[in-house]
Amino acid sequence: MKTLALFVVVITGAMLIYAGQDLPAFGDINSPSYQAPMTQYFIENSLEESGVTNIVTALLASYRGYDTLGETAVIFTAGMAVMLLLRRRET
Amino acid sequence: MSRIQESVIIRTVVRIMVPFIQLFALYVIMHGASGPGGGFQGGVIFGAAIILYAMIFGIAEGKKKMSDALDKILASTGLAIYAATGLACIIFGGMFLQYSAVPLLPDPAVVSKYLIDLVEIGIGITVLAVMISLFFDISPPESEPEGVEE
Repeated sequence: MKTLALFVVVITGAMLIYAGQDLPAFGDINSPSYQAPMTQYFIENSLEESGVTNIVTALLASYRGYDTLGETAVIFTAGMAVMLLLRRRET
Repeated sequence: MSRIQESVIIRTVVRIMVPFIQLFALYVIMHGASGPGGGFQGGVIFGAAIILYAMIFGIAEGKKKMSDALDKILASTGLAIYAATGLACIIFGGMFLQYSAVPLLPDPAVVSKYLIDLVEIGIGITVLAVMISLFFDISPPESEPEGVEE
């Protein structure tokens, strides 16, 4: 069983390393994500539209604020569900 | 009490480190607008500080710092801060979560920056409360008589 697990881990790791070779280089200006028109829009306009210098935060909290509200609600719901199922009550 | 929890070195180091971890968590939350960081990451770091304290000093001692009732209140407060920010934008005539609609300051971009910070704080509060409550819910019941084992 341990041999099988090791085999699966090694194969998966080798596949990930092989796939990692195809990722665009860090900061590569020709990579698809830089070429997308939305990237240009966010780089040029996110500071004056949202007021924050971090584009990731501008996307997370401003452009996709509704999405992030949902994510926070998911975390809240998960916590409440675990609380209801597993919390020991003092009797 | 396991052998790790009895170690004087670990207890002293944890007692010294916990405030600094919490300070770092607040820094990560507040730094979200201008650099790497944000509510999710900072909330997890803050929760990890309390979890570390509870792991070393015991669950009962940890619950004195963060009671079950406080957990519930904080988890819902954070989400309420976020939703209230969005509703405030509607009240001032904008769309839901359209921060620039709130006329607090003359520059809408600055208002947006501060409201994003507020939203990040709300996310951080929810995440830290949920992290801590998950840890307390999953942790095994405390064996009260000390020093019997080992």
